[in-house]
Amino acid sequence: MGHLTATPVVEPGQDRTMILNMGPQHPSTHGVLRVILEIDGENVVRLMPDIGYLHTGIEKTCEAKFYQQVVPLTDRIDYLCPLTNNLCYVLAVEKLLGLEIPPKAQWLRVLLNELTRINSHLVWLGTHAMDIGALTVFLYCFREREEILKMFEMVSGQRMMTSYFRVGGIALEPPLGFFDRVRDFAGYFPEKVDEYENLLTGNPIWKMRTKGVARITAEDAIALGATGPTLRGSGVDIDLRRDMPYSSYENFKFKVPVSQEGDVFARYMCRVLELRESVEIIRQALDGMPEGPIKADAPHVVLPDREKMKTQMESLIYHFKIITEGFAVPAGEVYQAVESPRGEMGYYIVSDGTAKPYRVHMRSACFGNLQTLAKMCEGRLLADVVAAIGSIDIVLGEIDR
Amino acid sequence: MPPAPPITDLEQLKNHPAVARLLDWNAAAVQGAKFDRDEMTIYVDRGSIREVCALLRDDPACPFNFLSDITCVDWYPAEPRFEIVYHLLSILKKERVRLKVRLDGASPAIESVTSVWPGANFFEREVFDLFGVRFTGHPYLRRILMPEDWEGHPLRKDYPVEGYR
Repeated sequence: MGHLTATPVVEPGQDRTMILNMGPQHPSTHGVLRVILEIDGENVVRLMPDIGYLHTGIEKTCEAKFYQQVVPLTDRIDYLCPLTNNLCYVLAVEKLLGLEIPPKAQWLRVLLNELTRINSHLVWLGTHAMDIGALTVFLYCFREREEILKMFEMVSGQRMMTSYFRVGGIALEPPLGFFDRVRDFAGYFPEKVDEYENLLTGNPIWKMRTKGVARITAEDAIALGATGPTLRGSGVDIDLRRDMPYSSYENFKFKVPVSQEGDVFARYMCRVLELRESVEIIRQALDGMPEGPIKADAPHVVLPDREKMKTQMESLIYHFKIITEGFAVPAGEVYQAVESPRGEMGYYIVSDGTAKPYRVHMRSACFGNLQTLAKMCEGRLLADVVAAIGSIDIVLGEIDR
Repeated sequence: MPPAPPITDLEQLKNHPAVARLLDWNAAAVQGAKFDRDEMTIYVDRGSIREVCALLRDDPACPFNFLSDITCVDWYPAEPRFEIVYHLLSILKKERVRLKVRLDGASPAIESVTSVWPGANFFEREVFDLFGVRFTGHPYLRRILMPEDWEGHPLRKDYPVEGYR
């Protein structure tokens, strides 16, 4: 029983207020977020998020694995954008190793990352609208998401936990017909975004529930560690894809949507416009996809082709060595950040020169974004808390790790 | 291709905006610097971390106004055992810098930077929870990821991966 009494106890500050627990099992907390609310009637006086219900100790587990064995763990951090996490991790390890990645692999990574962004934003849009009461949008969004998951299954064999990127490149060539399918999707998807917008953007009920709700200023958002659309919704123009490019994002032209209002509607607009920009990036990636290998020329790191293993002794030896004892990474440390659908996803990896990472730390975007919740909601109505939680797009797997 | 060796000579690095600013302010607070793999690390004296953060945040030339991350590395059994790692980002200049503070293994404590960035709150709580480093002046220093009554600090190197059974 010890653990039951040991959760934070909050005493009401005044006579007329009461404490309300929202979550951890509440449909609109997107998983297992517990929000402790002190309310005065319908008004929120104080708000305190309580997290950790999904803590699995992934950072500790990473220290016991070889570098290549960590990739599947990174999927499980943020189950809505597994490929973004794969990318961030492999980029960090590649930076430690000093590996050059062939252009085709880099462009494929960009293509898949933008598909992931669309996938993640679709889940956000569907659930966020459902929280506020617009049930139909959810069905529309999941229709398109299903197509993206099928494409992921096509390339990686998995719908959600893709683990498709490898240190040094990409696991497999995409199968025949994959690019046609993506092109097809990129062709009709903008119309689908119009459909979502028809349901929401001009909808007076939607506007009343979101405009002017859960405001946060740029100064507060920066001070509290918000990133991604939560920060851009408050008028701070930063996107790591454009400003600190990685994986050849410097070759792509795209706009970074920024809204000034800092309310739920502003964050909604940012993400919806990002959906359209992602389609643009996917189109550019399809048109300009370079030819060439998809794996770096680094036999001590990258697993050899199966066919070569059957005919070449060296390949077989390298395969055996990588599988059984991993590959040593030169001592040092890197911090690699990418723009995940939720903001700055960063991996801080310390190597001590062995085949296992000495320390892996994941800077998750939601962990910072969640701190803005109290600022957004205090002094507002209880029903706005639901809108605010949806608008920062939390994923508890990423927060608790 | 092995990466280039890190530059650790403070003389060569003093042109970096953050290093220059700190040396200008108080050279005794800078214990060293390292430029490795295009990333800048500054070792800061334990007592001055809050002032250093406030100084870099308000630097007019290159304001490192965003705190990306705080974490910790445990070098057990070496001493000083803990390294607290701060990642700062300049939204204006698109620059990053990493600050590091070394702490001894016996009752590690450091001043909190929540007064500089309120967003340091969760990050410091996480380091306290998983490493047992105390942050003095933190408004609500309690466990954040592990249960309140958990014993030990799981990310320390002397804590077994499979836990105590």
